[in-house]
Amino acid sequence: MIKRKIMPMGKEIRGLRIFFTGVGGQGTLLATRLVGEAALEERVPVLMSEIHGMAQRGGVVESCVVMGRAVSPIIADGEADIVIAFEPLEAARALPKCNPKTVVITSIAPIRPFTVTIGQSVYPDQDSLYRIVEPHVADLIRVDADGLARSVSAERGSNVVMVGVLAGTGILPVSKTSFEQALRQILPERLLEPNRRALDAGYRFGAQFAGRKHLIAEHRD
Amino acid sequence: MHELLIPQTSRPQFLLGNEAIVRGALESGVGFVAAYPGTPSSEIIDRFAQLGDEAGIYVEYSVNEKVSVEVCGAAAICGVKSLCAMKHVGLNVAADAFMSLAYVGVKAGMVIVVADDPSLHSSQNEQDSRYYAKLSGVPMLEPSTPQEAYRMTLEAFRISEKFGTPCLLRTTTRINHCRGPVEIGSIPPAKGFSGEFKKDPFNLVLIPAVGRKLRLVLLERTQRLLEESEGSPLNFISGKGDLGVITSGVSYLHVLDALIGMGLEDRTRVLKLGFTYPQPKALIAQFLGGVKKALVVEEVEPFIEEAAKICAQESKLLVDIAGKGKGLIPQAFELDSVKVKNAIGKFFSIDYEQPKVHQAPELPQRPPNLCPGCPHRATYYSVKKVFGEEAVYPTDIGCYTLGVLPPLKMADFLICMGSGVSTAAGFSKVLDRPVVAFIGDSTFFHAGIPGLVNAVSNDHRILLVILDNGTTAMTGHQPHPGVELTPKGRIEPKVSLEKLVRGCGVSRVARINPLQVKKSQAVLQDFKDKMNEPGVSVIISKSPCPLFEARIVKKRKKIVFRTDESKSCADCKKCLTELGCPAFFVESSGGVEHVFIDESLCSGCSVCSQICDSISPKRI
Repeated sequence: MIKRKIMPMGKEIRGLRIFFTGVGGQGTLLATRLVGEAALEERVPVLMSEIHGMAQRGGVVESCVVMGRAVSPIIADGEADIVIAFEPLEAARALPKCNPKTVVITSIAPIRPFTVTIGQSVYPDQDSLYRIVEPHVADLIRVDADGLARSVSAERGSNVVMVGVLAGTGILPVSKTSFEQALRQILPERLLEPNRRALDAGYRFGAQFAGRKHLIAEHRD
Repeated sequence: MHELLIPQTSRPQFLLGNEAIVRGALESGVGFVAAYPGTPSSEIIDRFAQLGDEAGIYVEYSVNEKVSVEVCGAAAICGVKSLCAMKHVGLNVAADAFMSLAYVGVKAGMVIVVADDPSLHSSQNEQDSRYYAKLSGVPMLEPSTPQEAYRMTLEAFRISEKFGTPCLLRTTTRINHCRGPVEIGSIPPAKGFSGEFKKDPFNLVLIPAVGRKLRLVLLERTQRLLEESEGSPLNFISGKGDLGVITSGVSYLHVLDALIGMGLEDRTRVLKLGFTYPQPKALIAQFLGGVKKALVVEEVEPFIEEAAKICAQESKLLVDIAGKGKGLIPQAFELDSVKVKNAIGKFFSIDYEQPKVHQAPELPQRPPNLCPGCPHRATYYSVKKVFGEEAVYPTDIGCYTLGVLPPLKMADFLICMGSGVSTAAGFSKVLDRPVVAFIGDSTFFHAGIPGLVNAVSNDHRILLVILDNGTTAMTGHQPHPGVELTPKGRIEPKVSLEKLVRGCGVSRVARINPLQVKKSQAVLQDFKDKMNEPGVSVIISKSPCPLFEARIVKKRKKIVFRTDESKSCADCKKCLTELGCPAFFVESSGGVEHVFIDESLCSGCSVCSQICDSISPKRI
């Protein structure tokens, strides 16, 4: 096998490409890393790629995780299996990454860009943002990530809620235990409990979609 | 214990490419590390700075890349393994040292990591640094994944030591900032960083006679390196079939995805090059001899493609070789698997339909911005008030380059680190307009000093504004020689900016706090009046980066600012059109527009309250 020389090997699974998009300061890179670490827990070959540059300065932050037989750390247009958007406007902006089989999971909490707050442009009506994406993808799951995080007293855990939802849908070949282990791997002890609750809350929310056909691996190939 | 110092593990570690390089260097027994930060290479020196004491190795943030290569070169001449890391344009700064160190060579392993940035995510150009290997005769390795970055760092040290030459490890953003599983080994017991120097001037002092001798040594060494490359396991052929692909670096991953996606795994042979200088000519020729056609897939310039074409010519092979040459592989910007699939489809006449892509309609942009409370914004505001649109504003590299964006629009010319002050001098000589240059504190230490000395000695009529926020902010708050705030408290700076500027011969020097708007503008006005006389003026605009301050001294804000809601902003909004802090937002109620301040974003800097009477502080 070619790849053995460049990556430690693990389970042979089909390729999965997950595109993450959000705004600087939302913790999107930690969420991305969590998905990567969880896959590694399962010995699934995985790569994660991130663009740092402007992370602290209010710009768009994009990252991705590819696993299994997918190894290119750049997701080309039309090639995302899953899009995790931490902000609805960014969900719409990620449309070019999607194809008819793509599952989009988006937070419904808007973060108004500076161009909007100073009145140079208008933040579109949220439903219109979802209408941009929904007709072109298999599913669009809206998540009140901030609300779910608050409901378990984990106000700063919206990013981990989103990962929980992804885990709950069952679309990844990664168990909940592995996500919990990944949390322990990444986070310092004092932050662990609220983030476990955030993961749980997201997981429960995501689990209600778990039966949907396009979320089951064998229907996706 | 630092996470990169842990003993060997059975579970692979999930490491950034940059961290994998650090681990590889530690396992190689590196004793001496120096670098100036630069995206995407910065995490290498940052991790070393975190663990240096614990690992018993010497780590320094050097003042620029040239200095880092020189200090590391000296360590390696004394038998201490060394590493420096820089972004691609950093190697331009270091090129003088690099080209001649290649002649003199090293006694212990020395690895120079050069991180290219295809697609210019955080850079001013898209140069392909691989040509530096060819230019200097220094061997070069190119990893594809974090696992390979780790392995190749070990190999780079081995090759460097075996051949007595520095070795380049060339990465790209998608290696440096890619995280992947890495199977680590163990770190040898620390040997410290004490070296030995044996005087040998006729091999170590590059006078012309020595240079002529070492030039021949270099050429002979390149021949031996070629043999090493020919037999290196870092170059390998996989797959079967008569379609050929030659690739390296992250492009290899795009190729794998493309071949799997197009079902061509069993029809294609892939030559993956990891030891990319000297290129293994015999291996390439052997590969070309076994395929009908060969597509060369690499980012940016046709570095391998040119070599492949030479190999074919030398071996009298008529195989069709394409890549950039036939316009199949784009020369600009990063590749991805779809771009590679398109090229494969066209070149090998295989049906491939690109995924149908839906473009999103026009959406509000989300450009990066100077942070709320950033002192650069305040400086720009005041300079613009005093010098206006007429002045020419050469600028430099750092967060403050974001001043190019509206509403500030305070950047007229920029090419590289340190160019602000020297180009200002050129502008001032040929234009009859005021010239005000900007440079950050770290950038001034890095490359601004010679330009300032030059301006003084040639009586250039310029004002240089040094934006002193007390740190190297853009790349993640690394220290520089003028740092005062440290995790251990406030220190006397090792090098005082003001003394340095005066030492360069500048007599008109002032220090302002840009957060005091009126006072700053008074000083600027005074300097503007004095600029009728020839000569250099310098204003040090000093106020710490608020993010850095919050992180280092745990400073918490005590006040925020708010607007008077009883007054209409409909006819003014100067706070937006002239200052443009991201904490502002506009809302209309009853058809009347009003500007508000988002308290969670407001840093409490007070600048807006000094330009608008309706803005007042509020304790929190």
